Amino acid sequence: MTKARLVIVGNGMAPGRMLEHLFDLAGDAFDVTIFNAEPRVNYDRIMLSPVLSGEKSYEDIIIHGDGWYEEHGITLHRGEKVVKIDRVGKTVTSEGGIVAPYDKLVLATGSNPFIIPVPGHQLDGVLAYRDLDDVDGMLKAVEQGGRAVVIGGGLLGLEAAAGLKMRGMDVTVLHLMPTLMERQLDPAAGYLLQKELEGRGIEVRCGANTKAIHGDGKVEQVELEDGTIIDATLVVMAVGIRPNVELAKESGLDVNRGIVTDSAMCTSDPDIYSVGECAEVGGRVYGLVAPLYQMAKSAAHHLCKLEDNDFVHAETPTKLKVTGVNLYSVGEFGDGPDLEDVVLRDANRGTYRRVIMRGNQVVGAVLYGDVTDGMWYNEMLKSGQDISEIRDTLIFGQAHQGGAAADPLAAVANLADDAEICGCNGICKGQIVKTIQDKGLTSLAEVRAHTKASASCGTCTGLVESVMAITLGDGYAKKVEGMCGCTDLGHGDVRRLIKAKGLKSIPAIMQELEWKTSGGCAKCRPALNYYLLADWPGEYKDDQQSRFINERVHANIQKDGTYSVVPRMWGGMTTSDELRAIADVVDKFKIPDVKVTGGQRIDLLGVKKEDLPAVWADLNAAGMVSGHAYAKGLRTVKTCVGSTWCRFGTQDSTGLGIKLEKFMWGSWTPAKVKLAVTGCPRNCAEATCKDIGVICVDSGYEIVYGGAAGLHIQGTTKLGTVKTEEEVMEIAGAMTQMYREQGFYLERIYKWADRVGYDTVKAAIFDDLDSRRAYNERFIYSQKFSQTDPWSERVSGVDKHEFNPLAVFGEEAMEPAE
Amino acid sequence: MNAPVTESQLDWRLIGTIDDVPLQGSRCVKNGETTIAIFRTAKDEIFALEDKCPHKNGPLSQGIVHDGCVTCPLHNWVISLESGMAQGADSGQTASYPVRVEGREIYLSLSPKV
Ligand code: SRM
Ligand SMILES: Cc1cc2nc3c(=O)[nH]c(=O)nc-3n(C[C@H](O)[C@H](O)[C@H](O)COP(=O)(O)OP(=O)(O)OC[C@H]3O[C@@H](n4cnc5c(N)ncnc54)[C@H](O)[C@@H]3O)c2cc1C
Ligand code: SF4
Ligand code: FES
Repeated sequence: MTKARLVIVGNGMAPGRMLEHLFDLAGDAFDVTIFNAEPRVNYDRIMLSPVLSGEKSYEDIIIHGDGWYEEHGITLHRGEKVVKIDRVGKTVTSEGGIVAPYDKLVLATGSNPFIIPVPGHQLDGVLAYRDLDDVDGMLKAVEQGGRAVVIGGGLLGLEAAAGLKMRGMDVTVLHLMPTLMERQLDPAAGYLLQKELEGRGIEVRCGANTKAIHGDGKVEQVELEDGTIIDATLVVMAVGIRPNVELAKESGLDVNRGIVTDSAMCTSDPDIYSVGECAEVGGRVYGLVAPLYQMAKSAAHHLCKLEDNDFVHAETPTKLKVTGVNLYSVGEFGDGPDLEDVVLRDANRGTYRRVIMRGNQVVGAVLYGDVTDGMWYNEMLKSGQDISEIRDTLIFGQAHQGGAAADPLAAVANLADDAEICGCNGICKGQIVKTIQDKGLTSLAEVRAHTKASASCGTCTGLVESVMAITLGDGYAKKVEGMCGCTDLGHGDVRRLIKAKGLKSIPAIMQELEWKTSGGCAKCRPALNYYLLADWPGEYKDDQQSRFINERVHANIQKDGTYSVVPRMWGGMTTSDELRAIADVVDKFKIPDVKVTGGQRIDLLGVKKEDLPAVWADLNAAGMVSGHAYAKGLRTVKTCVGSTWCRFGTQDSTGLGIKLEKFMWGSWTPAKVKLAVTGCPRNCAEATCKDIGVICVDSGYEIVYGGAAGLHIQGTTKLGTVKTEEEVMEIAGAMTQMYREQGFYLERIYKWADRVGYDTVKAAIFDDLDSRRAYNERFIYSQKFSQTDPWSERVSGVDKHEFNPLAVFGEEAMEPAE
Repeated sequence: MNAPVTESQLDWRLIGTIDDVPLQGSRCVKNGETTIAIFRTAKDEIFALEDKCPHKNGPLSQGIVHDGCVTCPLHNWVISLESGMAQGADSGQTASYPVRVEGREIYLSLSPKV
């Protein structure tokens, strides 16, 4: 009996495994011929990273050596790419002209790495990360030294980056998305990973969009969309893979994203099978070996006419093979409303763990740092086990099962007296208990003052409070309210810790301060976004999605979903040209209402969202900018006519108001800020109910602050009198900056001053000239980054997506398709 | 007419890719008089709701997206992206639409879920 002829195109890990099964099942029933475009035997592609880093050699990662092919009588054509399949004559033809007839054919062509077609992508020194040649290319670059730029912060990119760093290159990773490995990790774990890599000296830039690669023949520089230039001798692109389906397509097989197969791995031609990354089964394509190995097994069984072992989808866990980095991710980690999750963070140990459940089943897990329980969660995920019994302790891992439910208070109660509570100050539990009892302390602030426990970095605050609760029993009621349901920390603690720990992103805050939810809520995100903007001017990039709609589109949303547009009228002054431009805009865009506001300017009400950019463009053309009528920032500076016209005017109140508005517009503050400058104590500009008011008098300028006339009416408090406009400006800048640094989100100046004390504010802003100057300088510095007119930015294309629909269908679209 | 829509009857429309919708944000699709808001969560899940809050018709597409929900920009009701149900003490429901993601491409059915 003649043997069946089996031809395989591609010699990667999937067909290698398939042959092992085949020989086990059918001995030498097949006469096997393999064509491989790569001039090599079958090696472990997964282990290229250890080869790159120098932890292994190529010889170590060979799966099937030459002897294996001989032993099984396999003909291996190395470096021979198959270019044609004749499905009628049942032959394949290679580039070198070798023709092989088949009874059964297996396509295992794998994937092609995706190269972003930016200008310069063909330069010498731009590599993908897919095979041994790429690794050899990288090692050549290592010899020259310099900086490697890795584009792509996914699994492959990060392994390449870590390997190149270990080989001594300077490395920058560019990643388009805001956090690393976003397909596998949630932002919190992505943040920890980034921190770890940065700790190894790898520069990581998220949100970085590559614009071009420059160089004369070979790579010299990488240019980003934002204009940044990075010197580079090597560029590694690891931005994704595409199933290699060319050959199958040309042969007329069914091809979708991959080569379409049934669960037996058979393509649309009953004599042709497909396995590996090129195959699409059950509508999915795969890029990790576990499912590919399952395909290999199915194909082997069906080639032997065994009708079992059909391919079934299973979630595959992801791990990053960078020595010393432990992360594990499996299954879903989204935040759909039917999903529930439990989060456990330990900021000191840098660990993070999240288990995602639907109903009573585990559907996903993300672990960083301590990953030992990953397998345990994956088991539950795969088995679909009902976890209702162990739900409460699930997050603590396998070791905690069976024991008493983990109650944090009980855990603290069980701690020995010499257990350390505050690491920064070396304070143990016994000391805290004793001090509370001896001194009769009842508040956290007192305990901090007397023991120093939790007075430094503050992460042990929760522990200290537990100790207080145990010691005082019902006598202790927690006083500080958490910012929101996501944290027990109050605004004050969060602000202090952002500075103390140098936290510079929302995921960083959530991890280090042990947020209880994975991604925050509509209360804490806008607050955190503000704190970061205020604390790290020029460094922190505003997170648009953490802002309310008004601040995102720079207009005020109205009850019917339209918007109102308020251009700035500096100090309440306008001109005929401005008024004419406003009138033209109103006519052109059929704006229904025009109103004079209580803030001395004009409101255009009822503008359609799609029209906003065009409305702004016209207003910009007439020299007008956004009035920030929507902003937690400077709103208006009201003025009266002052000495220019009024018979009682003592100073140029209008002019000073304009100067102040031009100095202060654009700054972000905890809540809105309104100013007024009035020409004499008759106070026509209502300075005595503003956040900061200036009352002009003969001898100079009296400054008042902390007023309000909205939900709450409060007259201002006097700060002091100064002689010059320059001093007024300096004080206004300094006061605003102090408020920016200390205020809680949504707390207006009067509430902030009530909280910190009017004496404290006066001492820092009025009495102490050095302190005043320092605050004002910080204000001026931060203004460098905030005085861009948001309207003209949008007109020139920023956030275009906000204003255009994604798709438009007509009425007929409602009819069902034929 | 009132029979439930089955998968095969759904009229899937390609409306764009995941990357066209900002992370934790939203874009709108116009279908005649109806506006459908397409949401993308932090984890790249895509949901579609009619762009109308069950409270007073606030445009949900303009809200803040968090935890599988969106907070309405007008009076802060929190609406589930999956079911369109108001959360917490508020009650009401917005129509939701089937969406399917293939690779990075988003397909939307113009017939609301029943
Ligand atoms: C347009 C305007 C009314 C008018 O037609 O005159 C107005 C309109 C709104 N005010 Fe006001 N306020 C306007 C002057 C005032 C004034 C008068 C003033 O500034 O001299 C006050 C009292 C002074 C004060 O702020 O202390 C005022 C106190 C408030 C308050 C209460 C603030 C407080 O801390 O107590 C709110 C609610 C809030 O901010 O949370 C508010 C909120 C609002 C909002 C933003 C309500 C909202 O969230 O949608 C309104 C936006 C309408 C829009 O789309 O434009 N508005 N609002 C005025 C715009 C001024 C401008 O040119 O920017
Ligand atoms: C650096 C790196 C690290 C990885 N790490 C992991 C990991 O940790 N865990 C994990 O599960 N997976 C990992 N992977 C993915 C895993 O290696 C692949 O999923 C797997 O190797 C794919 O096997 P395959 O047989 O489908 O294709 P391949 O291994 O790509 O083999 C396809 C072969 O077919 C050849 N070929 C293509 N077209 C033709 C043609 N027309 N004629 C002849 N030959 C042709 C190609 O030259 C290639 O050699 C990693 C991949 C890389 C590159
Ligand atoms: S007073 Fe009330 S209704 Fe009038 S504009 Fe201000 S917030 Fe709106
Ligand atoms: S309209 Fe949405 S909360 Fe009122």
